[in-house]
Amino acid sequence: MQWKHKDLLDISQLSADEVRHVLATAAYFREINSRPVKKVPTLKGRSVVLFFAEPSTRTKTSFDMAGKRLSADTFALAKSTSSLTKGETLKDTALTLQAMNPDGIVIRHAASGAAQFLAERLECSVINAGDGRHAHPTQALLDALTLSRRWGGDFAGKTVLILGDIAHSRVARSNVLLLNLLGANVRLCGPRTLMPPRLDTWPVTVFSSVAKAAQGVDAVMCLRLQLERQQAGLLPDLREYARTFGLSPRHMALAAPGACVLHPGPINRGVEIDSALADSAESLILEQVENGVAVRMALLYLYLTRKSPEAAQSGIPV
Amino acid sequence: MPENNKPQQVKKLDLAVRSALWLGTLRVSSGGVGTRAKKAPKGGQQSKGQLVDVLVARGRIVSVVPAGSLDVRAAKEVDARGLLLLPSLTDVHTHLREPGQEYKEDIASGLSAAAAGGFSNLMCMANTRPVNDTASVTEFMLEQARKSWPPAIGVGPRLFPIGALTKGLKGQELAPMADLKAAGCMAFSNDGRPVESTELFRRAMEYCQDLDRVVIDHCEDPWLAPAAGVNEGEVSSRLGLAGQPDIAEAIQAARDVLLAEYLGAPIHLAHISCEKSVAVIRAAKARGVDVTAETCPHYLALTEDEVAGYSANAKVNPPLRPRSDVEALLHALAEGTIDMLATDHAPHAAHEKEVEFDAAPCGISGLDTALCTTWELVRTGKLPFDAFLRAWTTAPCQRFGLPVNTFAPGDPADFLLFDQDAAWVVGPQTMKSKGKNTPLLGRTLRGRVVAHFLAGKSVLETNPTAA
Repeated sequence: MQWKHKDLLDISQLSADEVRHVLATAAYFREINSRPVKKVPTLKGRSVVLFFAEPSTRTKTSFDMAGKRLSADTFALAKSTSSLTKGETLKDTALTLQAMNPDGIVIRHAASGAAQFLAERLECSVINAGDGRHAHPTQALLDALTLSRRWGGDFAGKTVLILGDIAHSRVARSNVLLLNLLGANVRLCGPRTLMPPRLDTWPVTVFSSVAKAAQGVDAVMCLRLQLERQQAGLLPDLREYARTFGLSPRHMALAAPGACVLHPGPINRGVEIDSALADSAESLILEQVENGVAVRMALLYLYLTRKSPEAAQSGIPV
Repeated sequence: MPENNKPQQVKKLDLAVRSALWLGTLRVSSGGVGTRAKKAPKGGQQSKGQLVDVLVARGRIVSVVPAGSLDVRAAKEVDARGLLLLPSLTDVHTHLREPGQEYKEDIASGLSAAAAGGFSNLMCMANTRPVNDTASVTEFMLEQARKSWPPAIGVGPRLFPIGALTKGLKGQELAPMADLKAAGCMAFSNDGRPVESTELFRRAMEYCQDLDRVVIDHCEDPWLAPAAGVNEGEVSSRLGLAGQPDIAEAIQAARDVLLAEYLGAPIHLAHISCEKSVAVIRAAKARGVDVTAETCPHYLALTEDEVAGYSANAKVNPPLRPRSDVEALLHALAEGTIDMLATDHAPHAAHEKEVEFDAAPCGISGLDTALCTTWELVRTGKLPFDAFLRAWTTAPCQRFGLPVNTFAPGDPADFLLFDQDAAWVVGPQTMKSKGKNTPLLGRTLRGRVVAHFLAGKSVLETNPTAA
């Protein structure tokens, strides 16, 4: 498949076939990651800037590792060490990065739309690693790879519950789009204060009781609860939240046989997810991390080689 | 028109505009011959209009007569065949940024955009730096307006400053409003920073009653997602932006009309953007509350969909709303529940808008496009011509005591000639305002002001129809 997109901003850009192609490519890289020598020369000589204007450890490390395993040179630019703290605008940061001629920029930013803002101004590929509350497409794709492996690639008729702080969650927004694209049904559950407006326009079913929402589902995605929601007046306290909306084994007993639990991490044990459940066999949390590297390798490969004639002969058998 | 004004005065005409198309009622007969023209047909059907001559002397209308019906010559003759005659518009809500933020706009550039956009009267808000909360700032603004128009032309759009309601717009102490009135302030408002304390707002309204000045309120609950710049709804939900619900406006509008009713005081509600506020105003008017309201061209022509793509030029406070609100506003404007139009002209520098949506300031630059945008509503039958005229001329002028041209003898000769069919592309080169921040950038608008007379004198540099 000739990859036609310059940037990955949101799942809404992709067709179901393109998503399947990403997942198949990721599955190939996943196999490479299980070899003793995990490095391939595919992106030798290419450079990727990791521009993380918001604190992140796991996503940044995941992209860094993905780039290095493909032999790309990766350069990290954190907000604290960049000119952004000196009052430089995002536009000027973008133009400065452009002048360095990278092949791709991975951006994490607190403002919704920041990845698009960058993409409109840069000639190189922009990969969105999370923009505000808007989108986190690479997380949704690694979640899809995880579920796809669990379900043998078949999403049709499956039901996934996304549980927690939906309003502030880019993970939820991207997953709602992706799961629907692949044919799954999506349920949302969380306190009304943490639900986005106009959910009637979303392709989801909404629940206010976790017990009802968990009934018969094939997977549950827990979302991280940011502790500042309490100060913002959206929650009374964590104890009440954990009791009312925390996922526990009791809920999983209501789910379909073989149902699994996902979490984008980092988890708050005992808040949005029961501690023992996080460590149980149903939990795929660590497999998500492993799949994250493979998905990001696939994306860097597809986006950075889309215009190169040698890409077709690079030996990637997908 | 007094009898003794007729033939003698006609001989000393300064300006005659010939054969302009007038779509309204011909209010005056003249020359001792005319009769009252037929009224425009009702039921939304637009009058085809008639060709008229406009006769001007000493800056005032002498008469408007059927074209060619009076055999007199003027010092300056203008052939207006093919052009529409409109009275100049009045804008009761602009931000001209001077003093303090001249890089966004200054009084000269704002008045220049007003002249080109068809406006003769401009009321400017107090959120300058320093705030217009002392007489010296008001006097400075008026002096800048006087200086900003080329003396050779001698007359430009009139500036009427709006004074701050509270010192520094901080919402803590009343501004010296008697001083400000004496310096020339025509109304008072805390626009941009709504007064949080209902007690203080009540006292400000009472204080203004003694001064015979109307308080203009920017209706926005200060605690309910203030200045989000995007409507809380389908679009904000999808984009992951914190939106502002329409009730943030309607709650404050309800508070304001209840205060006005309780105090027997007038209130003017700025930039109304939603159906819920319209319902509040309609009910208040039915009870006899002295409330007037304005809406802006962008709330009639654009919807929240403009924000999709994180377009910071569509970020405005109150935010653009869904289609249902647009329909309700058009209806309210036609029926008079919303009395008038205003631009809420809010110019910003390009670099201030070229940032992440969250970081961008709110505001749309409106003086250059307001007339075309709203004329398009008339042309397409969404807004009756009479409502258009009322909303841009008589309603604002009556409410705030400003000069108005109704084409009656003695009225200020403020009018424009409008080419309904001329198309132009909105862009940095075609806008006179320093602020190019409008979601209409790059779009084609129909209609162009080809001549604009203020007190009978042309205020546009190029006047292709000048004889």
